Amino acid sequence: MSSGLSLVPLAGKPQNRKEYTSDQEVRWCPGCGDYAVLAAVQGMLPTLGLRRENIAFISGIGCSSRFPYYLDTYGMHSIHGRAPSIATGLAVSRPDLSVWVVTGDGDALSIGGNHLMHALRRNVNMTILLFNNRIYGLTKGQYSPTSTPGKVTKSTPAGSIDHAFNPVSLALGAEASFVARTVDSDRAHLTSVLLAAAQHRGTSLVEIYQNCPIFNDDAFAAEKTPQGVLRLEHGQPVTAGDWAVVEEGGRLSLSPLAGAAPIIHDAQAPDPSRAFALSRLAGGMTPVGIFRQVERPAYDDEARAQVATAISSRGRGDLDSLLRGPDSWSRD
Amino acid sequence: MTATVLRTLDRVVIRFAGDSGDGMQLTGDRFAAGTAVSGNDLSTLPNFPAEIRAPAGTLSGVSSFQLHFADHDVLTPGDAPDVLVAMNPAALRANLRDLAAGGTVIVDTHDFTKRNLVKAGYPADPLADGSLDGFTVHRADLTALTVAAVDEFGLSRKDASRAKNMFTLGLLSWMYGRPAEPTLDYLSKRFAAKPALRDANRAAFTAGWNYGETTEAFAVRYEIPPAPAPAGRYRTITGNLALAYGIVAAGDRSGLPVFLGSYPITPASDVLHELAKLKHFDVTTFQAEDEIAGIGAALGAAWGGALGVTTTSGPGLALKGEAIGLATMLELPLLICDIQRGGPSTGLPTKTEQADLLQAMFGRNGEAPVPVLAARSPGDCFDTAVEAVRIAVTYRTPVLLLSDGYIANGAEPWAVPSAASLPVISPDFATGPNEGDTFLPYLREPDTLARPWAVPGTPGLEHRIGGIEKADRTGDISYDPANHDKMVRLRQAKIDGIAVPPTFVDDPGSSDLLVIGWGSTYGPIGAAIRQARAEGLKVAQAHLRYLNPLPADLGELLRRYPRVLLPEMNLGYGYGGQLALLLRSKFLVDVQSHTQVNGQPFAVHDLVEVIRTQVKGDR
Ligand code: SF4
Repeated sequence: MSSGLSLVPLAGKPQNRKEYTSDQEVRWCPGCGDYAVLAAVQGMLPTLGLRRENIAFISGIGCSSRFPYYLDTYGMHSIHGRAPSIATGLAVSRPDLSVWVVTGDGDALSIGGNHLMHALRRNVNMTILLFNNRIYGLTKGQYSPTSTPGKVTKSTPAGSIDHAFNPVSLALGAEASFVARTVDSDRAHLTSVLLAAAQHRGTSLVEIYQNCPIFNDDAFAAEKTPQGVLRLEHGQPVTAGDWAVVEEGGRLSLSPLAGAAPIIHDAQAPDPSRAFALSRLAGGMTPVGIFRQVERPAYDDEARAQVATAISSRGRGDLDSLLRGPDSWSRD
Repeated sequence: MTATVLRTLDRVVIRFAGDSGDGMQLTGDRFAAGTAVSGNDLSTLPNFPAEIRAPAGTLSGVSSFQLHFADHDVLTPGDAPDVLVAMNPAALRANLRDLAAGGTVIVDTHDFTKRNLVKAGYPADPLADGSLDGFTVHRADLTALTVAAVDEFGLSRKDASRAKNMFTLGLLSWMYGRPAEPTLDYLSKRFAAKPALRDANRAAFTAGWNYGETTEAFAVRYEIPPAPAPAGRYRTITGNLALAYGIVAAGDRSGLPVFLGSYPITPASDVLHELAKLKHFDVTTFQAEDEIAGIGAALGAAWGGALGVTTTSGPGLALKGEAIGLATMLELPLLICDIQRGGPSTGLPTKTEQADLLQAMFGRNGEAPVPVLAARSPGDCFDTAVEAVRIAVTYRTPVLLLSDGYIANGAEPWAVPSAASLPVISPDFATGPNEGDTFLPYLREPDTLARPWAVPGTPGLEHRIGGIEKADRTGDISYDPANHDKMVRLRQAKIDGIAVPPTFVDDPGSSDLLVIGWGSTYGPIGAAIRQARAEGLKVAQAHLRYLNPLPADLGELLRRYPRVLLPEMNLGYGYGGQLALLLRSKFLVDVQSHTQVNGQPFAVHDLVEVIRTQVKGDR
């Protein structure tokens, strides 16, 4: 039961991206990072080899939440922030589905923060794609919970005074069993992370740095240069170019590679504290990749097991005897 | 043994009152079980504080359980108790004013100390200052008698004195000829794991029984002959249990697994508790992080082909409004049960009210019509749940079921239906294309206007749904003005077209007044009409289960009577009662509204007075 897809029926024949493309016209702004993510997902889904009808995408509200309309799977464009709760009900009652949630920084971290947090804690078998563009796009440019402090937007003409969330840190703190970060423009990295997320049993959270050229252009300009990111690979030293991540007194920092003893990334460490430290590494390089990937019982598996155990140990309930109850009497 | 007189009564109302830690709910519950087995008809009204453990001995900590039983059919728990059992001064003070003139008081004198009298707000001892003159008073230190009776079991003094509720139950069971065996069996089962408590409680019960039999204090025993009832099997049931069983039955009769998404809230939580015990009926219960997630998960499960249900009370319904609107757009089956309580806001969590009707009808943004059904009695919660699910599944729509704290916690004997007698509910999932070789997710059945329920996993029917306006037939996103107008009207027409049975009217002939009601007022209205008729007044009764859509014959029915009276446990925002507001505006009939918002069910004598005034006004 280790794979997130182990109960989903297979197509049994090769598939292609066209089969996953719906007939709806895609309506994001030109240059929007969402296009690249859509292309990556449409390219990745056929490689899973699942029956297309057994894939369900659920989104909330926001630019990225139009995503399900463009995929020829089952899809629901729901209400603001609530997609994880709807996906929870679907995943619990349907083990034969591959369940995906598409959300944004406002949808997931602001109005839907409670649902996100509890989905991660419960570890319901689903994959959450969190498109982080650090802005509200659909409502035309207000600051979001991930906007950098000081951000000047329509709703913060004097600059935002909100402290920003770090979605990976938040997910780790919410007991998530799979947490990753990737970038819209790096198709190969995005695809590999999505594949691993889909195959993880439990809730997988993938933060995708997504550019919004209209309201927050180049929010991730640094992360789009080779010098801006540090790739995390399980079991490998954490280095990039001339730099390495080192530990001193329990604190992580960047250090010139020469002569350094880089830490070895362990995504499967039971204790999430190093992943947490990595998620908020200072110094101008952003770690991307899988921060954490641990096995933990999935809520939906356990919920179904309780029902199955009740049926096998007590027998399938008999309605007549339930209604009669232990204290009935008869009149004639 | 002293010679006791056996007196036959046709009805009795008893109220057990004590501190919330005194076990009065259990005592009442067991007395009711014994009463049911004796063949009397009965109705119960538990009344407890919202605080789990209010300070002991204070008025705010008083918990009570009232029970009305008779040799004829009983419609309410009774206005005024004939017998008050008071376990402490606060219980006496909080309940004495309700006692019928000349009624009986049974008092545990143990706590009538100076300190406790002060806590209850008594300036002087009511047992000594003549304030109980006019009542028949039995006073005994029931606590001390209990402690002595359980001495041999080596309990702590606290545990020993806690058995006083069973001593009291034994005494009352003797007085009213309730059988001892069911309660003794019950205690054996309940305390199976704790032999000392089991034996002590059984001994306390028996000692209470023997106390009645052997002391001279109680010179009269009463018998209440069984009430006539149609042949069949019966049990007592509370509204919340009946609602839970109705949901299970609907799952069984539809072949759908039940998925309940819920968040704890009083008084709806018991439905969650009951369903959580019934996993072997293929029932999944999900305690969500909040009210919103409760309905969200239920909706997700419904999309996947389960019977999605959510339960709530009070402000929970407000939080669910957004998702009910989504379900209206998605046109998926969903059952929303609202166990109404006193509002607004947190209001009165443990008291009853019928003030959520307008929210149930209209409490969404935009035009989001949903069917609304209301249960009228504890047992009726079962049938109403089955019917609500039938409508939800047949018409692919969220359905709102209204119950309230009065019937949710109240109990009555219930004729147990056989599973086979319940309607079969057909989910009729979509399996293939519905227009040539294409699948149109919003193509409707001509008679019901229902759209197909095409669940994920069905090959060839992949489609997208959502909260944005749908194009007719295809379900694609559409911002077209004409399409929106059409879809709003179609969603309304679907609900308006739900087949609702004609209104049953109980009219002995040529009545001057029609009393109409909905929900839990059925019992009090029925009892009041019975009394009014006994006085020679000509009064008809009709009670609505279907509040949206209303029965097609209702307008004509309302116009047939010179006067129409509608008692409701709400105020109606200054428009008269909430249903009265709807009926007036829909049918242009001058419905006379009678409202009450004190957190209690209507007292029958109050309603009789209102009926008298209405009939007289007609002459
Ligand atoms: S507003 Fe920004 S995020 Fe939204 S579609 Fe346009 S570019 Fe993309």
